[in-house]
Amino acid sequence: MSVIVVLLGFSMLLAAGFLAAFLWAVRSGQYKDKHTPSLRILFDNKRRDSHDSSSPTS
Amino acid sequence: MELQTFSYDNRIVKDFAMATVVWGFVGMLVGLLVAIDLLHPAANFSLPYTTFGRIRPLHTNAVIFAFVGNAIFMGVYYSLQRLCKARMFSDMLGRIHFWGWQGIIVAAALTLTLGFTTGKEYAELEWPIDIAITLVWVVFIINMFGTIITRRERHMYVAIWFYIATVVTVAVLHIVNSFEVPFSFLKSYPLYAGVQDALVQWWYGHNAVAFFLTTPYLGLMYYFLPKAANRPVYSYRLSIVHFWSLIFLYIWAGPHHLLYTALPDWAQSLGTVFSIMLLAPSWGGMINGLLTLRGAWDKVREDAVLKFMVVAVTAYGMATFEGPMLSLKNVNAIAHYTDWIIAHVHVGALGWNGFLTFGILYWLIPRMWGTKLYSAKLANIHFWTATLGIVFYAVSMYASGITQSLLWKQFTANGTLQYPNFLETVLRIYPLFIVRAAGGTLYLAGFILMAYNLFKTVRQGAFVPEEPQQVPALMRDDPHHKENRHKWIEKRPIQFAVLALIVILIGGLIEIIPTYIVKSNIPTISSVKPYTPLEVQGRDIYIREGCNTCHSQMVRPFRSETERYGEYSKAGEYVFDHPFLWGSKRTGPDLHRIGGKYPPLWHYLHMNEPTSMSPGSLMPPYPWLLTSDLETENTGAKISALRSIGVPYPVGYEQRAGEELRMQAEQIAADLQKAGAPAEPQKEIVALIAYLQRLGTDIKVVQQP
Repeated sequence: MSVIVVLLGFSMLLAAGFLAAFLWAVRSGQYKDKHTPSLRILFDNKRRDSHDSSSPTS
Repeated sequence: MELQTFSYDNRIVKDFAMATVVWGFVGMLVGLLVAIDLLHPAANFSLPYTTFGRIRPLHTNAVIFAFVGNAIFMGVYYSLQRLCKARMFSDMLGRIHFWGWQGIIVAAALTLTLGFTTGKEYAELEWPIDIAITLVWVVFIINMFGTIITRRERHMYVAIWFYIATVVTVAVLHIVNSFEVPFSFLKSYPLYAGVQDALVQWWYGHNAVAFFLTTPYLGLMYYFLPKAANRPVYSYRLSIVHFWSLIFLYIWAGPHHLLYTALPDWAQSLGTVFSIMLLAPSWGGMINGLLTLRGAWDKVREDAVLKFMVVAVTAYGMATFEGPMLSLKNVNAIAHYTDWIIAHVHVGALGWNGFLTFGILYWLIPRMWGTKLYSAKLANIHFWTATLGIVFYAVSMYASGITQSLLWKQFTANGTLQYPNFLETVLRIYPLFIVRAAGGTLYLAGFILMAYNLFKTVRQGAFVPEEPQQVPALMRDDPHHKENRHKWIEKRPIQFAVLALIVILIGGLIEIIPTYIVKSNIPTISSVKPYTPLEVQGRDIYIREGCNTCHSQMVRPFRSETERYGEYSKAGEYVFDHPFLWGSKRTGPDLHRIGGKYPPLWHYLHMNEPTSMSPGSLMPPYPWLLTSDLETENTGAKISALRSIGVPYPVGYEQRAGEELRMQAEQIAADLQKAGAPAEPQKEIVALIAYLQRLGTDIKVVQQP
């Protein structure tokens, strides 16, 4: 069952990579603001008047 | 403040969108053919290329990697540019990615129908295509990370995190599961054998579902659902929490695919525990998606886009509740190998992946062509047709799975199996196969309506290839954080670190793995011996025809199974199996103890026309095995390749292998002729019979005094 060692190794490395990314995200202030990002994506800088990006497709 | 001018590239999104529709149609059409093949084996037009064993992998690959794959790329290329306020890093890399992926799909369709398969589920593609997938995926990774690094929006929206987790993990999974030793241009043997191969395969298989069908789609949900509803996601905090908990839990749940098999017990329990824990983050995502629509249910009543998305998220919730339940050993004992699993995956594939893709297409296509959807009514008809299709499909398969499992396990008062003939349990669920095909037909019909609707939408609009933007440049330092002065160094390296990690992993572990694996492939049961050259050839025919798509080779330690099939399977019996062929579905009976159960003549006649031996059988005939000559030039190369990965053939055996093969074939052919069959030793059927008669017999050598 030595392949378990290999899989654990890969899984641990993936998890370690994710952990590093998580720590970076927290420490660099990615999650300081937990509200406005969800609003920001709703606004596109589109300046075409033909149709409004906010109206759902009928 | 410096304003930067650039434009979003819609061409690449358009290409992936068209590929999504085209391959979606192909994949679902093949799926319907697969369902009809199960009803009438003659639906394969008596061709090897359209027989169930070959087109079942074609269906799964087409739907997962062609339909869902292209849909992921469509959604990522559209949303990532807007979330990063940046054009994709490189137009050229985008083109290479697009055409590379389509080339891989075509190559997959050709090789799978021609019978070139590794036999490992969702990883059937052979080694040259595996290499191509790796290269194209790296192109995608570079293009994606390049865009993220050059973004003009400091905050990385949660969808981007889902995309990152997807590309990194899929790369690692694909590479680890694809270590194989080629012996010809299109064929190879996997490095791992038996239990090891099974464990790697289902670590891959489970995470392919997690990181190809789930995380990218959650990313798409977090972008397209709020956009379509025009309201922010219910809780951004929840999205962050559930993202990180989901990816940390997912990679440990793979062993739940191998409960009650020859895998060590502690590994099975570990997989179960993590699978149960997965319920929490999965439902966090579902709840967040559904509650985003709070106060907007009036829109859902009218808007087909939102209808599709709501059902998609609901289907995700159902599938991710069912998944942990199926990981419980007592539930799994009933569900494994039955149509229950088919129902489970189709709730996920048709509901979650399919419906979210349809919602995104209906939202995206009118926008990119600067027009309204051609017909909202048609879209609503599509919605109801497809929903009905899923209901027919899922309900029939749940009923079929539970019914058949109970029939398998039913004992009489005397303690004998009530349904000793496996075929009887198949014929009981036959009507449900018809309902399933009807459900699939409805779903496909809805898909065709969508294709027509989108085509008319495109015709009435004008494609907007570039969307010009003016956005303030991202300042290097954020004045709000003092400590951020040195953070700019950190920002890029962390992203690169993930990439570098993969490179180091590949390089380092390529050297370590073979020694580990080869050493552990030594037999633990002394009577288990390597296959003879003829049996190796027969085994490869078994793989080519996809016998493992309907027949398992794993007798679980239940009385109902040992009564039916014989001694339960031991890990030590599989040490020479490159690849393992345990299978995941019993449309036909288990074959691990088939060796010696019937005379060779039975197999000869059965392969030519299964109904001649089992009246009413749904197995397709394989008459071509009786007429085609076995390809023997590669025998030596196969023996050498197997020895290089630990099968203890003596040095120089590849020279004698051809001769031994001929002798064994003549022996079997002589037996067949004596029994009255017009068998010739050089035909493929002889090799297949040699393999089938060997299956599961090695441990009996010990038992006989």
